[in-house]
Amino acid sequence: MELKPGSRWKSAVCDAQMVVVRPPNTDGTLQCGGAPVLPQADATAPSGDVDAAHANGVLIGKRYVDETSGIEVLGAKPGKGSLAFDGRPLTLKEAKPLPASD
Amino acid sequence: MQTSLLLDIAADACGDRIAVGPMDGGLSYASLRTRAHSTARWLADKDTQHAVFIGLNGPALPVLLFASGMAGLPFVPINYRLSDEDLRKLVARTVPAVVVVDDDMAPRVTEVEGVEFLLRSEFDARFVTGPIDEPVELPEDDNDIAILLFTSGTTGDPKAAVLRHANLTSYVMSTVEFLGSDEDEAALVSVPPYHIAGISAILTSVYGGRRIVYLPAFTAEEWVATAAREGITHAMVVPTMLDRILDVMERTGETLPTLRALSYGGGRMPEPTIARALAKLPNVAFVNAYGLTETSSTIALLGAEDHRIAFASNDPDVRRRLGSVGKPLPSVELEIRDEAGHVLGPCEQGEIYVRGEQVSGEYLHKRAITDDGWFATNDGGWLDKDGYLYVDGRLDDVIVRGGENISPGEIEHVLREDDTVADCAVLGLPCATWGEKVVAVIVGKSDSVDCDALAAMVRSKLRSTKTPEAWFIRTELPYNETGKLLRRVLKAELSADC
Repeated sequence: MELKPGSRWKSAVCDAQMVVVRPPNTDGTLQCGGAPVLPQADATAPSGDVDAAHANGVLIGKRYVDETSGIEVLGAKPGKGSLAFDGRPLTLKEAKPLPASD
Repeated sequence: MQTSLLLDIAADACGDRIAVGPMDGGLSYASLRTRAHSTARWLADKDTQHAVFIGLNGPALPVLLFASGMAGLPFVPINYRLSDEDLRKLVARTVPAVVVVDDDMAPRVTEVEGVEFLLRSEFDARFVTGPIDEPVELPEDDNDIAILLFTSGTTGDPKAAVLRHANLTSYVMSTVEFLGSDEDEAALVSVPPYHIAGISAILTSVYGGRRIVYLPAFTAEEWVATAAREGITHAMVVPTMLDRILDVMERTGETLPTLRALSYGGGRMPEPTIARALAKLPNVAFVNAYGLTETSSTIALLGAEDHRIAFASNDPDVRRRLGSVGKPLPSVELEIRDEAGHVLGPCEQGEIYVRGEQVSGEYLHKRAITDDGWFATNDGGWLDKDGYLYVDGRLDDVIVRGGENISPGEIEHVLREDDTVADCAVLGLPCATWGEKVVAVIVGKSDSVDCDALAAMVRSKLRSTKTPEAWFIRTELPYNETGKLLRRVLKAELSADC
């Protein structure tokens, strides 16, 4: 799984979609709802169940990080599953919104 | 990461939302993407290295900007206010190029060789307003350079500043929440397309989900009328615009009840103007932003809360912050260094250095960034003990008097605090004794300005070598359309007078 910055992915088990903002510093698998994510362009529809241990959801516009690997992911569409990297749950990155300046 | 990704994910998440134009009849996110795709397909078939835009603001601008990225071409908006000769020179530097040019501007550039021209009216009819099909196949979008922006060229030929996709997307994603805007939010964009704020406004608005409304070119009357008609909630203005906007609001009685936030930047805002705006628009959040083309726009900002606190404070150190540009963004590092490169402490004047992913610090064929990523802005400035940044101005403008470096900004700041001064400029003129001498140009609030009293005030607050030796009274100062004081013009006029 080549998790390049800007690459787009989708959950295999729910409606969530995501974008990799920062790549991990090691090979590994990005998961959503307990299952490996699929490339955005993959035509497979979501199927199966969200693992109850990974069901905290993905929210649109929120950033999720794994400090161990450095991967950072943006929620591009919401879904019931939550994100993990090699089984480690990603955590919500708190960011204070800045006022618009452009 | 490519700039087109910002549009892509927004269009997937809220394709029906209006991205550009009026609520009724504007382009939706989905339509903007389709039109950019189609334009990219057209560009990709051309034998060209750049997509150039010479024209006024309008929906063609975001369409062409995103299309250029999708087609793997740098997008190059050029300043149509240049003289015909300078304009042709810049266009010639972009060949082979596809140039979209406003119909009335086309005769000024069509003789440049190696360019394929498309008139704006034809571009609009084909790609912006006309019916359009999603192209079957899109080119690979893997070029690095997103934008080339020619700097204003105050010292020699304009330089082409390079902004890479990585710089711009990093700036957008670190400062804006994806689709964080309410659906009723709308930004009024009146800075011209060739200004960095005009570029960043497109990217941050699209990513944030905020509708863009364009003024083709700024007039205060049109700005106020459009803001009222379109329910504008956000806008960015340069200093020269704000006073004129407030004048029109006073004259017409318009109160702009939907306006929530007004940011300003691009030059020093006279404190009386911002104080007047704060008093007149008590429910508007004011943001002062500082940034450069080479930093992908904003690197420091003074937020609404800071404005209110400073405006209400009797503590001179706090009140003074109205003249600061606030604190550096969390995503950039900022330092003040002396000429030898040593980092300076609070309240020490030096050069502003900045580092971060949004910082390109790069011109075509020339990187101006150190190996460890620091960019010297060529702006003088200092940080106060609480971390607020004060910008003194371009180091090129520093006056060298008898071997002493004197910053015009520092003296101007002191002069602006005087109640009789509406606006002012300090600059150096050639002098046989000192090399340069300090002169001040004052725009008074009334006809009677007491220059002797001003000189005494400067002497008491700074020191005698920083006290202007010659004083001139003017009714106004020369600014360009993006709010930059034209010191060269002023200097030439005064040199003739002396």
